[in-house]
Amino acid sequence: MSTPASEAPEPMKPPLPDGIVAFVKRDCPTCELVAPVLAALAKEAPLTVYTQDDPAFPDGAPRVDDTDLAVSWHHGIEAVPTLLRVEDGVEVERALGWHRGEWEALTRTTDLGPGLPELRPGCGSLSVDPSRAPELAIRFSGSMLKARRVEIAALEDEQEAFFDRGWTDGLPIVPPTESRVLRMLEGTTRAPDEVVATVPPDLAPCTVEKVAINAVMAGCKPEYLPVVIAAVEAACTDAFNIHGLLATTMSAGPVIVVNGPIRNAIGMNAGKNVFGQGNRANSTIGRALQLVIRNVGGGRPGEVDRATLGNPGKVGFCFPEDEEGSPFAPLNTEFGFEAGTNTVTLFPGEGPRTIVDQIARDPDSLCHMFADALRHMLTPKMVLAFDAIVVVSPEHSRIFREAGWTRSDLVKRLHELTLMDGDDLVRGAGGIADGLPETVRGNQIPKFKPDGLRVVHAGGGAGLFSAIIPGWANGEMGSAPVCRAITP
Amino acid sequence: MTTVLLDPSNEAVPAERVRPARLTALAGKTIGLLDIRKARGDVFLDQLEAKLTERGAAVIRYAKPTFTKPAPIDLRHEIATQCDAVVEALAD
Repeated sequence: MSTPASEAPEPMKPPLPDGIVAFVKRDCPTCELVAPVLAALAKEAPLTVYTQDDPAFPDGAPRVDDTDLAVSWHHGIEAVPTLLRVEDGVEVERALGWHRGEWEALTRTTDLGPGLPELRPGCGSLSVDPSRAPELAIRFSGSMLKARRVEIAALEDEQEAFFDRGWTDGLPIVPPTESRVLRMLEGTTRAPDEVVATVPPDLAPCTVEKVAINAVMAGCKPEYLPVVIAAVEAACTDAFNIHGLLATTMSAGPVIVVNGPIRNAIGMNAGKNVFGQGNRANSTIGRALQLVIRNVGGGRPGEVDRATLGNPGKVGFCFPEDEEGSPFAPLNTEFGFEAGTNTVTLFPGEGPRTIVDQIARDPDSLCHMFADALRHMLTPKMVLAFDAIVVVSPEHSRIFREAGWTRSDLVKRLHELTLMDGDDLVRGAGGIADGLPETVRGNQIPKFKPDGLRVVHAGGGAGLFSAIIPGWANGEMGSAPVCRAITP
Repeated sequence: MTTVLLDPSNEAVPAERVRPARLTALAGKTIGLLDIRKARGDVFLDQLEAKLTERGAAVIRYAKPTFTKPAPIDLRHEIATQCDAVVEALAD
């Protein structure tokens, strides 16, 4: 068997001797069981036994000490005993555990272990033991990480070291050790050196590895990483314009809405206190995006971030849609995705404000209440320039469900009810100096662009409240919502 | 024992470029006026253009497509090749 150049062993990979090669540990009953078989094999074939825990085991066979697990790790040994056939330095056959037929076929012998059972599964290899694997990965493949190493002295506090370098958002971070970053990278199939996006304002290329480092710092679990990566990709599009959203004096920041089965798979909260504290995925995914903008993009408050007031959601604002309880098709279907697709939708938004309506029992009454709140969004004089998300909670959505309303029924009615009377919009109207020129008098002007109202279903099961998340300068002039598939 | 952590930043070393010398006079120079598209920026720049022209400078007007995004690279290059100095402005 020949090996193509592309599959040639890596220079650091310890070579295997030709012949039969076994990996064992004493702390494995199956390895103890086959020890006499290995001793017998040693007399008939060139045999080398790599031993993972006790260099004196097994008796009677040529042993190599692999207690540092270098050979086991590099050759991907997952169970012991593992038996390999090696020809010209290349593994050509592999058998896991004890299976007489397989061992005889691999060793070209017969009557192996006559007193033994036919089959006995093995144990886990020490090289994949969860308590050792991350440390081994660093020892043997740590070089795959390209980021600069920052040494923190024994008497130095690592939190303070990161605060001092300006690498946090003002809250403590999880120190990004090599083992934590490697574990984080297990959350994606993408290569660490793959460039995810060019991040403003410094227009710095951002690799999967840099996203992973910042995701560790934010407190993410590895399974959140694909969501964070998709959010970074979506944020750094020209349409979303994270540069402008960062630099603006207005209060908005990136708001992430997650759709698809991944919401439940990673344990996000779409129910009670959906915008609040207490759920790790909700709290850390948005924070990871903001740390990427800060650290990779160089976008820091007081520098390129010129916000006059900002909002608490700028630490991170991410929540999933409650698709299961919704009478409406999921948000991502508005962007052309099939329901059930994992996506992030980025929206340039500020803090949510509550709409209370505890009396409405029919959709039209509720729409009037929503519309009244929407007409006053930002200013009662502002039209067409800002979008909004209406977050409908379960007790309100029940009213629409019972009446058979779809998302488009709701959006259409809200557009009708937010048509603004030009006479109310002119400068000075309502005692407010701000406003539009006199030319709008006598006209009706929509508060929102045709695609300027988005509906998301979320919140706890008790409480006749919904919410508005006001947007920021919309469309070509500023930022448009961007929906992007989450890929593994 | 030291702890080794990974740098979360872009690790970029900014390229430093020498600034062109300050203009000592305006007469005979070409001054770019870049409107960033904030409301009433044009009013402000009109005033500036009048003052500059009075002092013998030639003025070329430019505008960004929107104030929320950086000026496109081609526009920046155009200004750099056509002008001796540029005023980027604002108003609101």
